[in-house]
Amino acid sequence: MFGRTFSLMLEIKNLRKTYGDLVAVDDVSFTLEQGQLIGLLGPNGAGKTTTVSMIAGLVTPDRGEVRIGGVMLKGDTDPIKRKIGLVPQDLALYDELCPTDNLRFFGALYGMSGTPLSAAIKDVLDLVGLADRARDAVKNFSGGMKRRLNLAAGLLHDPDIILLDEPTVGVDPQSRNAIFDNLELLKSRGKALLYTTHYMEEVERMADRIVVIDHGKVIANDTLAGLHSQAPAKPGERPSLEAVFLTLTGRSLRD
Amino acid sequence: MAFIALRAMVKKDLQLFFSDRKAVIMSFAVPIAIASFFGAVFGGVSNAGEPTRIPIMVADQDKGVISTSIVTTISADKALRVALTTPDSVRDAVRNGRVSVGVVIPAGFGDAAGLSFFNGQSKPELELLYDPSRNAELGMVRGMLMGDVIQAVSKEVFTGSRGGVLAEQSMQQLDASDMPADQKQRLRDVLAATRNLEQGNAKNGTSVSAPGMTTPYTVKEIAATANPNAGYNGYAHSFGGMGIQFLLMAAIDLGIGILLERQRGLWKRLRSAPVSRAALMGGKALSGTLISLMTLLVSFTFAIVVFKVRIHGSILGFLGIAGATALMASTFGLLVASVGRTPNTARRAAIFATLMMVMLGGAWIPSFIFPSWLQEATKVVPVRWAVNGLDDMTWRGVGFSGAVAPIVILLGFAALFCGIAVWRFRWEE
Repeated sequence: MFGRTFSLMLEIKNLRKTYGDLVAVDDVSFTLEQGQLIGLLGPNGAGKTTTVSMIAGLVTPDRGEVRIGGVMLKGDTDPIKRKIGLVPQDLALYDELCPTDNLRFFGALYGMSGTPLSAAIKDVLDLVGLADRARDAVKNFSGGMKRRLNLAAGLLHDPDIILLDEPTVGVDPQSRNAIFDNLELLKSRGKALLYTTHYMEEVERMADRIVVIDHGKVIANDTLAGLHSQAPAKPGERPSLEAVFLTLTGRSLRD
Repeated sequence: MAFIALRAMVKKDLQLFFSDRKAVIMSFAVPIAIASFFGAVFGGVSNAGEPTRIPIMVADQDKGVISTSIVTTISADKALRVALTTPDSVRDAVRNGRVSVGVVIPAGFGDAAGLSFFNGQSKPELELLYDPSRNAELGMVRGMLMGDVIQAVSKEVFTGSRGGVLAEQSMQQLDASDMPADQKQRLRDVLAATRNLEQGNAKNGTSVSAPGMTTPYTVKEIAATANPNAGYNGYAHSFGGMGIQFLLMAAIDLGIGILLERQRGLWKRLRSAPVSRAALMGGKALSGTLISLMTLLVSFTFAIVVFKVRIHGSILGFLGIAGATALMASTFGLLVASVGRTPNTARRAAIFATLMMVMLGGAWIPSFIFPSWLQEATKVVPVRWAVNGLDDMTWRGVGFSGAVAPIVILLGFAALFCGIAVWRFRWEE
């Protein structure tokens, strides 16, 4: 009763998306608050990426709505999109350019220019530990450095909501740890984070709430402790999140 | 904000283009190299109206007065470049394709030709060897040779040192013929006059310098271009044609680049920003147009400096056509990106479409060589308007009014390509 009060940053209501006969996302709803990190889990093809794409404005929902700070997202040029930062699973960077030129370009897409843009570039490169490589071509970077720069590009315009689609795929433990530190810092600054991953330990470590999606539907939306209570466990032991996940989604292979 | 994004997209694409120096050099050097080759093949620079000479080889086995005169006459023909050699060398050169036509004048040809000049019988054979793959040159050489041989033989028959002897021999053959008496007498008078003319020259130690029978007219050759100072320059056409071909090839790369950006997830990042689809497409079209225009202008600058290509028409018209062509090529790239499902399938289809367009548009071979029905049919090909427009502004010397139609039509094609691209583009991931 004396906990922190969070303002609602993102509200997903009854989202549905179909591709022909395939129902990719079906009646998905959840909310994300300031300073909160939601772990979005689900097997391959469960509908996680489609959900994130609809929130980012990449895919138009057949039904339902996305509200950002209480305002419904409308169209490609809706200024409300400035409040969202997307960190895609792919390394969405121009390898031939240096980090500064990459970020200068991505910043300009949000209307940034001049001194504010330069300052923002410096801040995000400092944050992800790439300030000393600001002028090197990205093609010479390691996988971990590219992942960190990928994250920096999503944070450049100082969004309130950050959508992270498997941001640690293929990185070494050091870079992964650095990314976790960055995300913890962002949380502490009041950013709202939606974190999609297959790594259960990442969600266990950082998520305030966990949303599990399967076959396009939300099958669980709870805290870690709440989820633990949903799976059978030996007396005195707490089931792992992976055990909970497999209990919820089954053990059959997903491709 | 839209302007900032648009400017950033153009700047980024230019940075990417110039970041690969080898690719930049190749994108400028390859069209220049190929256009230089095609320009040389299609006549290069015309030298004050002097046509390209056809090389032929001649072997004179006769070595008589008339055959020597024939060789002298054909050697003086400004359309031929004659090399004298042996019959075997002539046959060998033609067989191996070193020359397209060879002439062997057999022994006794001159006198036999002189005698048959009046009686029309027992015509000697002139051996004309030709490369079967170059029929056009055979036709030209045959025509020139006919005129040159008649001139040389008639000159010798009427005024040369062998004229009297041949006239005497012809009269003897005439007397022995079964020709009607009145015709025989009239022809005998002609031959006698010819003999007397030669004998008179010999007696007086003078000669009547006559050219022999020649074509009864001369031709004033005028290169008909809109600008009196303009002249055909094969490089002007080849740099236009090849330049446009490589613009379209670069446009394919632009389209493939967009598909690769999608594959690499970059399109997600672009689309997640508050930027309109028009700005995203417009940025690509604008950067593609600038790069294309730069490539075309660098190629033409090279042609102007090295091959003396001149814009004899309107410079404004030339720039207008170049700009409209670059925009057309750039929007063709957007079209490639919009209809292609994957980079590989898009590349294959786009290369085929490009090759068809440049072939039918006259980029390789000038469209005036096409059959008339094809010339009409290919007006639906944008490259045709671009190539002909650049030809008009360069060596044909047409004024700005001649550039209006190509510019309007090329802009129309650009609008069509852009419209289809926006309509068909897969915006959603």
